[in-house]
Amino acid sequence: MSIMGTRVVRNEDPVFLSRGATYTDDLTDDRLTGALHLTLVRSPLAHARITSVDVEEARSAPGVVAVVTGGDIDLEPPLLFPMAAKGMVRPWLATEKVRFVGEPVVAVLTEQAYQGQDAADLVEIDYDPLPAVVDLRAAASDEVLVFEDVGTNTTNGFGLDEEFDEHLFDDCEVVVTREIVNQRLAACALETRAASAVWGEDGRVTLWCSTQNAQNARDEVAGWLGVDAEQVHVIAPDVGGGFGAKIGADPEFALVCWLAKHTSRPVRWNESRSENMTGMLHGRAQLQTVTIGGNRDGDVLAYRIDVLADAGAYPRLGVVLPMFTRMMAPGVYDIPKVESRARVVATTTTSTGAYRGAGRPEATAAIERAMDLFAAEIGKDPAEVRRRNLVAADKFPFTTKGGAVYDSGEYVRALDQVLEAGGYAELRAEQARRRERGDPVQLGLGVSVFVEITGGGAFSEDAAVEVHPDGTVTVLTGTSPHGQGHATAWAMLASEQLGIPMEKITVKHGDTDLIPRGGGTMGSRSLQTGGVAVYQAAGELVELAKQRAADILEADVDDLVVADGAVQVRGTDSGITLAQLAEREQLKVDSNFDSGAPSFPFGAHLAVVEVDIESGKAVVDRIVTIDDAGPVLNPLLAHGQRHGGIAQGIAQALLEEVVYDADGNPLTATFADYAFPSAAELPSFELIEMETPTHLNSLGVKGIGEAGTIGATPAVQSAVVDAVSHLGVRHIDMPTSPLRVWEAINAAAGSTE
Amino acid sequence: MIPVGFEYARPDSVDGALALLAEHGDDASVMAGGHSLLPVMKLRLAAPEMIIDISRLRELSHIDVDGDEVVIGAGTRHRVVESSEVLAAEAPLLAAVARTVGDPQVRHRGTIGGSLAHADPASALPAAVLAQGGSVVLRSPRGERTVPITEFYTGMFSTLKEPDELITDIRVPRTGSAGWAYEKFVRRANDWAIVAVAVIDDRVGLVNMGATPLRAHATEAALARGASIAEAAALADQDTDPSADLTATREYRRHLARVLTRRALTTARG
Amino acid sequence: MSTVKIEMTVNGEATSADVEGRLLLAHYLRDVVGLKATNIGCDTTSCGACTVLLDGESVKSCTVLAVQADQQSVTTMEGLSPDPEHLHPVAAAFRAEHGLQCGFCTPGMVMAAVSLLEQNPTPTEREVREGLEGNLCRCTGYHNIVRAVLAASGQSGDKVHEDETEHAPAGGLAGAPGFSAGSDA
Repeated sequence: MSIMGTRVVRNEDPVFLSRGATYTDDLTDDRLTGALHLTLVRSPLAHARITSVDVEEARSAPGVVAVVTGGDIDLEPPLLFPMAAKGMVRPWLATEKVRFVGEPVVAVLTEQAYQGQDAADLVEIDYDPLPAVVDLRAAASDEVLVFEDVGTNTTNGFGLDEEFDEHLFDDCEVVVTREIVNQRLAACALETRAASAVWGEDGRVTLWCSTQNAQNARDEVAGWLGVDAEQVHVIAPDVGGGFGAKIGADPEFALVCWLAKHTSRPVRWNESRSENMTGMLHGRAQLQTVTIGGNRDGDVLAYRIDVLADAGAYPRLGVVLPMFTRMMAPGVYDIPKVESRARVVATTTTSTGAYRGAGRPEATAAIERAMDLFAAEIGKDPAEVRRRNLVAADKFPFTTKGGAVYDSGEYVRALDQVLEAGGYAELRAEQARRRERGDPVQLGLGVSVFVEITGGGAFSEDAAVEVHPDGTVTVLTGTSPHGQGHATAWAMLASEQLGIPMEKITVKHGDTDLIPRGGGTMGSRSLQTGGVAVYQAAGELVELAKQRAADILEADVDDLVVADGAVQVRGTDSGITLAQLAEREQLKVDSNFDSGAPSFPFGAHLAVVEVDIESGKAVVDRIVTIDDAGPVLNPLLAHGQRHGGIAQGIAQALLEEVVYDADGNPLTATFADYAFPSAAELPSFELIEMETPTHLNSLGVKGIGEAGTIGATPAVQSAVVDAVSHLGVRHIDMPTSPLRVWEAINAAAGSTE
Repeated sequence: MIPVGFEYARPDSVDGALALLAEHGDDASVMAGGHSLLPVMKLRLAAPEMIIDISRLRELSHIDVDGDEVVIGAGTRHRVVESSEVLAAEAPLLAAVARTVGDPQVRHRGTIGGSLAHADPASALPAAVLAQGGSVVLRSPRGERTVPITEFYTGMFSTLKEPDELITDIRVPRTGSAGWAYEKFVRRANDWAIVAVAVIDDRVGLVNMGATPLRAHATEAALARGASIAEAAALADQDTDPSADLTATREYRRHLARVLTRRALTTARG
Repeated sequence: MSTVKIEMTVNGEATSADVEGRLLLAHYLRDVVGLKATNIGCDTTSCGACTVLLDGESVKSCTVLAVQADQQSVTTMEGLSPDPEHLHPVAAAFRAEHGLQCGFCTPGMVMAAVSLLEQNPTPTEREVREGLEGNLCRCTGYHNIVRAVLAASGQSGDKVHEDETEHAPAGGLAGAPGFSAGSDA
């Protein structure tokens, strides 16, 4: 009985639901006995010169063992992301100036955690405020420089040297241009960032930290500390969510290591939520100018997207994401002419990084908005206009104008199925009836058809599978799950090959001494690289077992089958178990799988919203979804990933936004102010199955982790606009808060009078 | 995240609490449910040197009928107010509003007295009690006094309560079967109201339309004159002073006050 | 600052300690008693990851002082299931319905669910969603958490698509926050 594609509950859960998982702050490892607690004093200003730092009173506060400032740290401040403009280095602890609210300035180490905040409050820092720069256009003008020595706020760009073709839209009967905001978001992993470090007698540091990639974290931290990678041992314990913001390491992790060396004591750090809301990387934050043109029949002939993206104060992973926005700009549409360009600028705000979708939601939201605007301009149904322009099923592999090679896709079928399942025609009829009656609650429908790129840019992954003499199995993987359920999914893959039950299979990850090489878990890469590697390794172990058994059983390899954890000579009672083979000689296989290329999951979402016209309040009643990432290994896990992604997608459309005032003060820096949805704000989701395999790996699988987010956001934004389009509204920026909807209705009413 | 350190006392009577308050004055804060005070202390926006814990004083937790009023002990938890059969019969508006405060966990701890004393203009119960009518009973070593709720609120986060006084009871008229409604407008269920309106027997209480909870006097007067609901509700934002923030402009709040008042009156009178 | 001697029954076991007045109950449980399942996810009493039962009622242990729980009894998630092999029915339902992913919100979510079901043994989907409005989860989108709570109540998880309002599961606009229906509370 094949386990593939079946609903299997998680191996992780019995512990998670009884004594609980073990996150970095939960660790009670002996090596951390006597650890000092790190409390950071952070800048309350967005942009200022530091004129004095007085730590004397803090130094003599109860329990204080050390107070460290930037000048004490004898390490080069790192350029955290090599692609960015040289010179935009981030100090370990700010000394000359601060560049965002929340930037660390002083490190306080205390015996007990509670003493830390008391001592930190005694640190006196004098600041000389400088003008903040928050607005992206202002940043691009270079009037106020975040880094004076660099001379510009532009950190990097894509396609900046290429001139736009002023004739791109010449043969278009209809051209629509719009400026669109893809707003800044906070990842809000429930576990804030945490790191604990201790140096051993052997000169190596053991760093436990909350990361999506232990191996990458090791390399980054080693580089920043100026030591060899072998000197750093990173262990990712259970990690409470990442969503892209915990890729690799943060400078604070390296600071924890340095402080542990400096004090010859273990050091622990666990930030508060308020610190996290300004300290952990933010996502999205693009200002987009989209131009779409075509003929009145509905053919889209040209599309241009001009992106101004926000790096925040110190360039991090966020500065490369517009490259993906450009690559995925045309989305699922076969558009003859496509142009794009992206400039990334520094501002006096929190740095940006990856957040579920990382550059692709931005592309999709833009093209989907553009399609809606075009459809509205020519007076045609937005679903019909989409269908007309979708890449046909027989065109795959399809090379896009953005330079991507889409492996497989059935875009028309996805659109048709989601419209059918949602009852699109009846919904349009209901909408018409309500408009006719002038109902106070109007219905809005939003459709998105999307494609996205997965693989995370790291297509190679390792796996090791070993059968032990006691019949249990250990799987080592370079992936780094933080909720995705790899301990279950990879066990399923090994179980399928070996015929050994799941309960006997343990999956290990996130320890760089045990697994020196690994790409981590991000970019929806894990199953199509790491999972396939596990399946491959287990398959290779089966072959190895057969080879060995052939000798022992004096049989032909071709007469041997592996089932139920044993090698049998076909049709006889003669056999030997894998465990017995392991007793004789270690039975372990190391394997590597390199898919060589990204895969392109796709889908379609239909969102049904209701809007109270008087107040502008919008609620998602239904969202009908197709997220096709190829064959499904475990529907329970796959649905869970889709649910989480859909929820975050809806949240971006309807609720969430990181807001800074003109002085760079964050206004949404707590869970009370940042509109992170609860269960009461969301409906249950409707998931439709569709599985279109890829040729890139033997399982045919793509990545599911981010698709839901990418599809849901534009569908919901579109639905809200659609609900009030009969009142003259063409566009509402996200989040479509009640205030924004109300103001859009008023503006449209004003302009028609 | 962690409050500044403080001395802790848990007196076993109201008089004991009053004695401590008198002794420590402005250095001390009273804590009942702690769900208004502790969040503020954790962010270090308040740092009392002493906490006087009154959350266990049974004498402060009761709901009784007394003549034509219901008397609610100030230490009565929101959960108890929400599920009280006495209130369901005698002042259902209060029970309904208590049910919208925070979330279930918050309602297991927070108290009506704490909410009224905290005087956050965005919180629901002060406006509900304002609409319901009634008074607040305050006790100090100097004796007891009863302040009509219409006089109790003096400004944002401030009331007529003296530093050495404790709210012991809230007295509200029994309104039984009189029409009532509560309309709360939020982005997320657990948020403070952007604007909310409490209606009971043609009295209208407004949440978050000024520095204190307010009555929509112009609306009430119009109703008394026989105006239609629509006409009266259009006046709901008169003499209010709403603020602007991330979720609303001043104009939007005014608009919401009018809309919600109309809806609440329609429900209440329907 | 002087310390206060407190006694508390935690998961049926007597505990006691001399603590600072400001010690949060969540930290008493984690650091003094050593029960690490209860997590702290925010500092504004918003996320509910720290939810435990205090004398049987769900509370956010980050907004309760340990001294306030003196002489009372506390139940944490560890107290529900004696070991991984014997899960409490609510915990078992979370596993069966995949109502957890990273697990950080889970201890608080499970305790909130236990309290919800105690007060409302057969909730509708809307009542489950509102009953959990004090517990934030970033991973699951709540869909399976709702299924788990419905399943734990003996109702089918599929009830999520059988709500009264045909085109609007979970109560639609009328049931959404921002539209209190007033008198039907």
